[in-house]
Amino acid sequence: MTQLNMVQAINLALREEMARDDRVVLLGEDVGRDGGVFRVTEGLFEEFGPERVIDTPLSESAIVGAAVGMAAYGLRPVAEIQFLGFIYAAFDQLFTHAARIRTRSRGRFTAPLVVRTPYGAGIKAPELHEESTEAFFCHMPGVKVVVPSGPYNAKGLLMAAIRDPDPVLFLEPTRLYRMVKEEVPEGEYTLPLGKARIARPGGAVTVVAWGSMLQRVMKAVEGYDAEVIDPMTLSPFDGETLLDSVKKTGRLVVVHEAPLTCGLGAEIAATVAQEAILHLRGPIIRVAGPDVPVPLAKLIDHYLPSPERIRAALDEVLQY
Amino acid sequence: MPESILATFTVKRLEIIAPDGTADESLVPDLSGDELRRIYYLLLLTRAFDGRALALQREGRIGTYPSVLGQEAAQVGSAFAIHERDWVFPSFREMGAHLTLGYPLHQLYQYWGGDERGLRTPDGMNIFPICVSVGTHIPHAAGAALAAKLRGDRIAVIAYFGDGGTSKGDFHEGFNLAGVMGLPTVFICQNNQWAISVPLSAQTASRSLAQKAVAYGFDGIQVDGNDVLAVYRATREALEKARGGGGPTFIECLTYRMSDHTTSDDASRYRSPEETEQWRERDPILRYERFLAKRGLWNEDYAAEMKGKAGGEIDEAVRRYESVPPPAPGEMFDFVSGELSARQQRQREEASP
Repeated sequence: MTQLNMVQAINLALREEMARDDRVVLLGEDVGRDGGVFRVTEGLFEEFGPERVIDTPLSESAIVGAAVGMAAYGLRPVAEIQFLGFIYAAFDQLFTHAARIRTRSRGRFTAPLVVRTPYGAGIKAPELHEESTEAFFCHMPGVKVVVPSGPYNAKGLLMAAIRDPDPVLFLEPTRLYRMVKEEVPEGEYTLPLGKARIARPGGAVTVVAWGSMLQRVMKAVEGYDAEVIDPMTLSPFDGETLLDSVKKTGRLVVVHEAPLTCGLGAEIAATVAQEAILHLRGPIIRVAGPDVPVPLAKLIDHYLPSPERIRAALDEVLQY
Repeated sequence: MPESILATFTVKRLEIIAPDGTADESLVPDLSGDELRRIYYLLLLTRAFDGRALALQREGRIGTYPSVLGQEAAQVGSAFAIHERDWVFPSFREMGAHLTLGYPLHQLYQYWGGDERGLRTPDGMNIFPICVSVGTHIPHAAGAALAAKLRGDRIAVIAYFGDGGTSKGDFHEGFNLAGVMGLPTVFICQNNQWAISVPLSAQTASRSLAQKAVAYGFDGIQVDGNDVLAVYRATREALEKARGGGGPTFIECLTYRMSDHTTSDDASRYRSPEETEQWRERDPILRYERFLAKRGLWNEDYAAEMKGKAGGEIDEAVRRYESVPPPAPGEMFDFVSGELSARQQRQREEASP
């Protein structure tokens, strides 16, 4: 097996899916000749040609809107939005159309498309390049939201997303793109969407984190009897794995870099409060970004949940 | 009934200075020698600002930076025509316009250095913060122009954007609003022919970008964007028309992005060095030097003196930028709302050690 970073693993997933299924077509800004600004689609233009790796004009609404039409017509478009912070022009297409074409046409038309986009903070990039607004999209019934946490699961999740019968937003944590290498097998394997994984077993406290925060949490919990859950799919959320863990540990900490208020941590906390409150020994603690726009590089370290804040939350809940 | 021709249109192109520096005297704007030399200095200052920014980025002293190399004339020439009372909505690659308008240089370095405080436009300057999300600020210009019209203020509102921006829905919506309401807007496209790796030919099937204005019911003109006087003349005329109630104008400045898209980009992956080399021969500063020389306003000594002066101004801006203490964590909160919620106040306290 080969050691790949996340960029290479996603590239491999795209290449194999395109070879397997000629309905799979890529489109987006700079995905072709340039191979994507993070090089995720590198080599695919050369291998599959300009009709399957399509450089579009600078038009996010047209990229996602066209993907809806392409998908309805029978293709399997994989659209790229260059950064999550630029997706808002396409919000209407995702929310009003991709998410509900199946509902509105009573199943006559569907939108089996994937929108891939880099997301998250910590790469010292300009404004709008470090957004983490996953909660907006989890509030869109009809759209699945996936966040890989490493090269191996990135490949398996993306293959599953491309084969999924409905629209999937695939959020790629930019900070993890080249951070670690893992063994990533060639050939087909899919990881089921909507299924979390236990990233680290433990007994005293459950910690939920995704994207680049997962990596930070894994370091922060060293020395604690903490069970770490990597949801991988944020919507639909794997409540079963979450509840099983919380029923065992009796404590929950959720860590996300998005602003606290109405972040996904609120939904996770509410689920546990509703389904497992009698198993809780202490308060549910959310460690999140503050309720401010994501700041630029000079303040980003003060914005992101720090290892110290994560450990303080663990210490607090473990007092109960 | 036979088919008939409903409409035909023409698109003007304006160039004043030939590559050898000779000029069409009937079109040379009535600027004094001092003003012509001031433009030259601003071109040099833009290039010096840009070169230093690239060097600072390489040394890790600022973050990702989008170079304006090659576009100096399109930016200085247009901004030189703007009055203090006019409003300007820039995108992210018009630092030459910023410094022509008097925006503090150290604040530009500060912004690209990852410090929001660089976006705080000094009082009395009507320049909106740099817009990174392509084309999304075009409707703002229409809105500000609508407000000025409702107030009866005889000012113009300028939006700057690139060729990529013309593919955005907001371009259409802002243009349409300005056209249908006859708003005092001047839309200035820096057509540098590349949107990261996508060339103009893959961005639009139009023969020119200027002609897009026709569909919105107002004038569009293409100017040689490397001819600072053509850009100035077209912009001044459009601004005067707008201030006088004549409605919007779209100016396409045809220029070239000599550098990578940003310091994170590598243009050699998608375009030939020969193409860039061709444009190097059309350098806007070189052309303007030849023009000035023919008028007795330029020689090598003068150039060296002005370059030295520009370099000194840049040195001072960098020194000022780097002597500003880093922002305090609490500053993340200070301008989120007029009044912070109780939760935000608590978060602010927690963030401030």
